[in-house]
Amino acid sequence: MPVLDRQHMPRQDPEKRRKNFEEVALGYSGEQAKKEASRCIQCKKPACIAGCPVEINIPAFIKCIDEDDMEGAVKELKSMNALPAICGRVCPQESQCEAVCVLGKKGEPVAIGRLERYTADWELGTKPIPEEKPEPTGKRVAVVGSGPASLTTAAELAKLGHSVTIFEALHKAGGVLVYGIPEFRLPKSIVLNEVKYVERLGVSIQYNSVVGKLDTLDELLEEFNAVFLGTGAGLPRFMDIDGENLSGVYSANEFLTRVNLMKAYQFPDYDTPIKRGQRVVVVGGGNVAMDSARCAVRLGAEEVTIIYRRGEEEMPARNEEIENAKEEGIKFKILSNPTRILGDESNWVKHIECLNMELCEPDESGRCRPEPKLGTEHLIDVDVVVIAIGTSPNPLIPMTSKGLKTTKWGTIVADENGITSKNGVFAGGDVVTGSATVISAMGAGKIAAKAINNFLNN
Amino acid sequence: MPFKILEKSQIVPTIHQIIIEAPKIARKARAGQFVILRIDESGERIPLTIADFDGENGTITIIFQEMGKTTKQLSKLQAGDSLLDFVGPLGNPSEIEQVGTVVCVGGGVGVAPIFPIARAHKEAGNRVLTIIGSRNTDLLLWEDKVRDVSDELYITTDDGSKGHHGFVTDILKQLLEGDEQISLVIAIGPPIMMRTVAGVTHPFGVKTMVSLNSIMVDGTGMCGSCRVLVGGETKFACVDGPEFNAHEVDFTLLMNRLMMYRTEEQLAEEKYECDREGCQC
Ligand SMILES: Cc1cc2nc3c(=O)[nH]c(=O)nc-3n(C[C@H](O)[C@H](O)[C@H](O)COP(=O)(O)OP(=O)(O)OC[C@H]3O[C@@H](n4cnc5c(N)ncnc54)[C@H](O)[C@@H]3O)c2cc1C
Ligand SMILES: Cc1cc2nc3c(=O)[nH]c(=O)nc-3n(C[C@H](O)[C@H](O)[C@H](O)COP(=O)(O)OP(=O)(O)OC[C@H]3O[C@@H](n4cnc5c(N)ncnc54)[C@H](O)[C@@H]3O)c2cc1C
Ligand code: SF4
Ligand code: FES
Repeated sequence: MPVLDRQHMPRQDPEKRRKNFEEVALGYSGEQAKKEASRCIQCKKPACIAGCPVEINIPAFIKCIDEDDMEGAVKELKSMNALPAICGRVCPQESQCEAVCVLGKKGEPVAIGRLERYTADWELGTKPIPEEKPEPTGKRVAVVGSGPASLTTAAELAKLGHSVTIFEALHKAGGVLVYGIPEFRLPKSIVLNEVKYVERLGVSIQYNSVVGKLDTLDELLEEFNAVFLGTGAGLPRFMDIDGENLSGVYSANEFLTRVNLMKAYQFPDYDTPIKRGQRVVVVGGGNVAMDSARCAVRLGAEEVTIIYRRGEEEMPARNEEIENAKEEGIKFKILSNPTRILGDESNWVKHIECLNMELCEPDESGRCRPEPKLGTEHLIDVDVVVIAIGTSPNPLIPMTSKGLKTTKWGTIVADENGITSKNGVFAGGDVVTGSATVISAMGAGKIAAKAINNFLNN
Repeated sequence: MPFKILEKSQIVPTIHQIIIEAPKIARKARAGQFVILRIDESGERIPLTIADFDGENGTITIIFQEMGKTTKQLSKLQAGDSLLDFVGPLGNPSEIEQVGTVVCVGGGVGVAPIFPIARAHKEAGNRVLTIIGSRNTDLLLWEDKVRDVSDELYITTDDGSKGHHGFVTDILKQLLEGDEQISLVIAIGPPIMMRTVAGVTHPFGVKTMVSLNSIMVDGTGMCGSCRVLVGGETKFACVDGPEFNAHEVDFTLLMNRLMMYRTEEQLAEEKYECDREGCQC
């Protein structure tokens, strides 16, 4: 039996945090971290490691915390994971390492994610632990995009002595971590710090460089020995219903990019505007929907409703974020599906029409297909709608290069090592899998780095 | 890596020209493409058409009209200053083929982006008839440059202070009714003008292209801000365009979406003027 209960994570009070963009979860104190670390029973065959997509030696770093060896904890973590302060905040631990922790069988699992965050934040408060510089190999690799997949690949290759250049379309590095996930969940200073770490390893980053436009993939291949594509899945999907192009209807990507990357929540101190709606509807049930809804609350909306066509159980968002959203007063309208959007005389969105749904028996895939309940159409008053029903990869690069195979969903075809159909070209992260998670993108980046290293050495 | 301004000039009171050092973009740029720039850390990303490019000297020329906060701020920059971000070349280049006679129509600040397109059509061996128009003589820009690349140049002003007294579409209609076989019309200018051009050419069945100026953020197809309706289908102007078949464009939607941030834009501009003048409001 666990010696102690799982340590509670201090959080900003919901009433207060509804009005600011500061971080919601405040992090463990040193004392809490040690108490939590002491709960780990240091299993001989630790299930948690297998539950972690990048196989961090979890008991080892937790043991270091327990023994007051914070430097050791950092080294242990970073040997497997270049971005621990990010993962400690946004990984779905409840379905990965913590899901298989033995303590979870009888009580609550060790708070592995919170300890990871504590360790990474401890390092941020100290001087960075210097990296050893490897012998340069003289080989050059281009990495396209700067999301978690790309940052990981770049870091791994730099550690092996290869010269790495990242090409990023936007003016900041981090991918979804900077344009999608809001400040109150992942402070941009944290991302910047981890980007700086990757730069300290010797990686150079060229911003404002849209591959496919400024350089094509084939041009990069002339200049570099190999190319990694970590361009994510950034193309927004819409529902194809009437009224979707009305003013006030946003894709989640636009809404979140304006708020996070362009800092529209600080308008007019920052120039990029955003419509601050009073009645906001967000369509979708994933992390993206939760983030959009919680941004809308912080922009001053009186009423924010999430519309999701399945049940709450089926929502793909992290439990913690659903709970946070509820505490912040966001309404959930489940088993409901928009059918059309209506505007006023100046073409601004005014109502959204929804249809109630019911879940039938699970099909062979194990998922319940929601079925519409006929005749249940009804209107909801709105002045801003955010559509968060998913994204697919941007076709820009496949469109402008020869011989790069893609699937009918637009994802790049790559084998389990990230090897694509084009010689010297590797890919990983959301561009291969479709929208997934930060850690799976990082895992793919690590594997691809190994494959790239093999390729360069042959 | 800031982008240096090499030259800055005022063309007419509210329209300015800036030449920027951007060798890589200059080598890649083609007629019809655009850039997105950001002046400083708190700045907005705004799209501007590449009005001219010089691959050898590594420069990009942009022409812009003062509309609100960002373009006003941009108009205050001088040679030697830098822009924080400069992304491009974005969008698809104009389709340039030998087709016969091409009519290029530029309205207001749209005269500048029509220039490289007219030049490219000329270089491709087409006969190029260009119509440029503005409200009055003082607002007319790049007349000589455009004349150099056109077989014939027509000028219109709303007030009759130069050339034909009236609109670019008056001349366009005359040309379409004339004896010469016209294969392609391309128009860039305010949405109202482009819509009128589309209306004029439609009965003649002449292929007509327009460059759409919808509101953008990233310019790479990621945000969906720039969506426009063409032939009943939603397209992203930044990656599917910016040029589209004028006869299929839903101009009403375009104009409505361009109004989306009017209140916010006014606020930003007032604040900018206040900050500059140091008032205490
Ligand atoms: C709002 C939101 C919330 C999320 N919350 C979570 C969460 O809590 N936990 C979690 O694990 N996951 C979460 N995810 C998912 C996670 O962020 C992604 O799975 C992950 O970021 C994918 O990483 P990536 O490196 O493949 O691509 P991305 O992060 O998408 O990065 C791709 C980068 O490539 C750049 N790029 C694209 N095309 C080009 C080009 N042609 N040239 C140059 N650069 C280019 C883009 O600008 C971008 O910077 C969330 C996603 C969103 C959108
Ligand atoms: C592909 C493209 C090419 C363009 N080329 C030119 C050009 O060569 N010369 C030129 O003078 N203008 C051009 N524009 C328009 C130019 O981008 C806007 O005038 C500018 O963004 C206005 O910014 P502001 O802050 O000064 O004014 P604001 O007060 O913010 O806006 C004034 C008006 O400009 C439009 N606008 C605002 N923000 C944007 C945005 N992010 N993207 C597009 N339009 C916006 C809106 O209609 C708005 O009502 C182009 C636009 C596009 C999409
Ligand atoms: S499974 Fe849980 S208790 Fe066992 S080593 Fe991992 S974290 Fe510690
Ligand atoms: S500007 Fe974002 S998709 Fe076109």
